Amino acid sequence: MLNYIASLGRFGMHLIQQYGQAGVLLSRTLLRLPNPRKGFPLVVQQVYAEGVLSLLIIIVSGLFIGMVVGLQGYHTLAKFGASQELGPLVALSVVRELGPVVTALLFAGRAGSAIAAEIGLMKATEQLSSMEMMAVDPLQRVIAPRCWGGFISMPLLTLIFNVTAVYGAYLVGVKWLGLDAGAFWSNMQASVDFNLDVVNGIIKSIAFGFVVTWIAVYQGYYAEPTSAGIANATTRTVVYSSLAVLGLDFVLTTMMIGGW
Amino acid sequence: MLSQRTIEIVVGLFLLAAICALLVLAFKVSGLTTFFHSGGYRVEADFDDIGQLKVRSAVKISGVTIGEVTRIQLDPNTYQAKVTMWLNSYMNAIPDDSSAAILTAGLLGDNYIEISPMYSHTFLHNGSEIKDTKSAMILEKLIGQFLFKINGGNGDKTSTEKSTGDKK
Repeated sequence: MLNYIASLGRFGMHLIQQYGQAGVLLSRTLLRLPNPRKGFPLVVQQVYAEGVLSLLIIIVSGLFIGMVVGLQGYHTLAKFGASQELGPLVALSVVRELGPVVTALLFAGRAGSAIAAEIGLMKATEQLSSMEMMAVDPLQRVIAPRCWGGFISMPLLTLIFNVTAVYGAYLVGVKWLGLDAGAFWSNMQASVDFNLDVVNGIIKSIAFGFVVTWIAVYQGYYAEPTSAGIANATTRTVVYSSLAVLGLDFVLTTMMIGGW
Repeated sequence: MLSQRTIEIVVGLFLLAAICALLVLAFKVSGLTTFFHSGGYRVEADFDDIGQLKVRSAVKISGVTIGEVTRIQLDPNTYQAKVTMWLNSYMNAIPDDSSAAILTAGLLGDNYIEISPMYSHTFLHNGSEIKDTKSAMILEKLIGQFLFKINGGNGDKTSTEKSTGDKK
């Protein structure tokens, strides 16, 4: 009996230790003043690796999600004779919820796992230790650019996802099912508010980008330096960041609807 | 591995695409035009009841949108709603004795202001006021008036009828 309580306590302490480690890693990475001349090209490289290379999957899934929401929404709205309201339905659901969440999930799978695997392999092959031997801070050289790359890429990818999804719905609703283009856009403009809907979606995507990148970097940096350890780290990155995104989305939505 | 310059160009294009996406979201999706009311003029009108009229509701003549509502305030002296609307500058010849009515698009749609032009030879200009206004049609008030009319103003009859109906 006491053993079980002890193991529970050990688990709890381990958990708190992990949170502490993650916090220390983040503060050491971000609070130290970077050298802009050396750091900027590294950040650009990471924006390329995490943002530009994720663009294809983001655009394709945005287009298809927009088309599917348009199709489903049209057939449900048509039952009430309200198919003119397809524009607001698609725009609000995409801009408020689907855009930030789906982009964050795809980003965790596409870029987060890559960050974790790369840093984990660097650690396993002792590249990080050799950097320290050369008096190069691996947090500044390796971790910080990946963090900033993720923070910058995620909101930009969300914006692109939102626009492709809206145009996907436009393709299905207007070009295929024959809704009136003017009604589609003007109803959308009448019910979508820039500050309440678009900006809140962007705030969500910033928060998700922060969380996903943080988890990926932490899992990579503290991965067990074996091949199984790296496999675990990538798996945990995707699982934890997906769960964190969904949980955080609920909290943020409650705060935004409750008016803070 | 691409050269640093190629990467920078591609990242620049990525940023440009994202900025374009933001502009599309702002202007095409959410219709953010309230910051750009440069070419146009403002007109005021007092209504007894504005119903569900909101800021950014449309202002129309013969069903064609020519402007939008920019501000709704309650006049503390007359207890009327003071509605400020912005009209596009190409509609600069609206007679100043025109009337403004709050109508509803469809059965359950949004409210909008419809301006009916009259015959005066002086026109509305920046800061002028539309005097002749018609309030929004409120369904509950209409039903109330209708019930009052069919009973010939005899309120007791309905209450007795209702109570007997309930007993059955």
